[in-house]
Amino acid sequence: MTETFISWGMDPNWAWGVATIAGILLIALPLMLAVAMIIYADRKIWAAIALRRGPNVVGPFGLLQSFADGLKVFLQETIVPSGANRGLFLIAPIITFTVALLAWAVIPFNSGAVLADINVGLLYILAISSLGVYGVILSGWASNSKYPFFSAMRASAQMISYEVSIGFILIGVVLFADSFNMNEIVKAQQGHGLGIVNAFGFNLLLFPLAVMFLISSLAETARAPFDLTEAESELVAGYQTEYSSMSFALFWLGEYANVLLMCTLNAVLFWGGWLPPIDWAPLYAVPGIIWLFAKILFFFFVFSWVKATVPRYRYDQLMRLGWKVFLPISLLWIFLISGYLMLTRYS
Amino acid sequence: MIQLFAFYLFATIVIASAAMVIFARNPVHSVMWLILAFFNAAGLMLLAGAEFIAMLLVIVYVGAVAVLFLFVVMMLDIDFAELRAGFVRYLPLGALVAIILAAELVFAVGAWSAGGVDLAARAAPVVADKSNIQQIGELLYTRYIFLFEAAGIVLLVAMIGAIVLTHRKRGGVRTQNISAQNRRRPEEATRLVDPGVGQGMEL
Repeated sequence: MTETFISWGMDPNWAWGVATIAGILLIALPLMLAVAMIIYADRKIWAAIALRRGPNVVGPFGLLQSFADGLKVFLQETIVPSGANRGLFLIAPIITFTVALLAWAVIPFNSGAVLADINVGLLYILAISSLGVYGVILSGWASNSKYPFFSAMRASAQMISYEVSIGFILIGVVLFADSFNMNEIVKAQQGHGLGIVNAFGFNLLLFPLAVMFLISSLAETARAPFDLTEAESELVAGYQTEYSSMSFALFWLGEYANVLLMCTLNAVLFWGGWLPPIDWAPLYAVPGIIWLFAKILFFFFVFSWVKATVPRYRYDQLMRLGWKVFLPISLLWIFLISGYLMLTRYS
Repeated sequence: MIQLFAFYLFATIVIASAAMVIFARNPVHSVMWLILAFFNAAGLMLLAGAEFIAMLLVIVYVGAVAVLFLFVVMMLDIDFAELRAGFVRYLPLGALVAIILAAELVFAVGAWSAGGVDLAARAAPVVADKSNIQQIGELLYTRYIFLFEAAGIVLLVAMIGAIVLTHRKRGGVRTQNISAQNRRRPEEATRLVDPGVGQGMEL
């Protein structure tokens, strides 16, 4: 994009700055719109599975429901509990929201269409996603209330546990792709399955990792069946209990932006990102961003589907799955994958 | 120009937030300032061209270590009156530590400005066409493999030690055996009986 601005007769330094800001807006604004629509989609899918109608009043088919909800919370009064730690109470939702947006900087939307094409893209995503937990912990502590505090404790333990296995799963992908750069990871998947399929997920060695990553990403975003941090039957609304108005809306937006990010990561790391599913020339006529969006929406449907059908885990079951099932298997898989690669690629 | 600006921004925030770690009354605030310091230190690493180290700093320290800190600190029952008490009692010890640290600082700066060790020339040469991760990996797994594995063993021993010290077997706890639950079939789990009047049944 910088080149375009330079060709319009702009000073290179200025062109870089303007291009970066334009890129940020190009990602953040559609993302916010997508979050609003995806909340609507989530409620509709959930309703359809439960044989209900879902939102159907505001706008045609209820399409404007999320915007109506947004306007409602925007007009409400922000209440800070008197016992709360005021500064941290207000910073916590901002952290959640900002962190949810930050990781999108390294997501490749098409060949070369990435805001920050850095060498350590995947590590950057790990680093940013490990920050997400602070919003939850701080809001729970700063609320000075019992249920949010329980929720904060649960959230910190849960997210740390699943980050460990996610880290090991990602190493498997990195070993195959031979790069931490997100764009390189996508390119490495071209023709990966017998020269026909563009996805790591069809590799028999990587398929179990893809499944584990999908489940771990449910746990990492605290979606059902792992939504113990906001289990309404035990903790009212968890860490969000004391929040109102925009501070609540920021949690809401951040949460769904994170869900979209995890869907995108599933698509990019295991299912070919912006590549068409099959390595066949006519399919490349369709812009890569459409393939990526199709994959993201598919994974979002899976997320909603799981939310509507699977009952919530108990906390000890959640911990067992993370530490006693995913961690040993992903560790074993690293040995398997590196052994396989030593045998075939590097010997 | 922008690097210079970024350097002074990061460096100022690192020092200021490190000072706030000590000055903040509330331990949770202290941890938050510590996290800010880690973050900006990562920024400084980025400026030095060590993007891998910067990311590791955020992942390990901010993502794991500081979360555990916060976890422990949040549980503390903070009594501010008690925190202020005992100031006079700890003053001599604190002053002693401060004097030792200040002396060390003076010696370090003095020795450095005397020019005995040429620190600037020791900076690692940057190989142009290799990424940070490759360079570190090639050094770590060849030349420093013994130290690397020794560090791994030390960590393993520490981990096992922590588990052995804190592990206790509790009796009378019913634990879930998931594979046994999954192996149960309807035939063995349910029974259809038709007891006569006044007979009842045995479970």
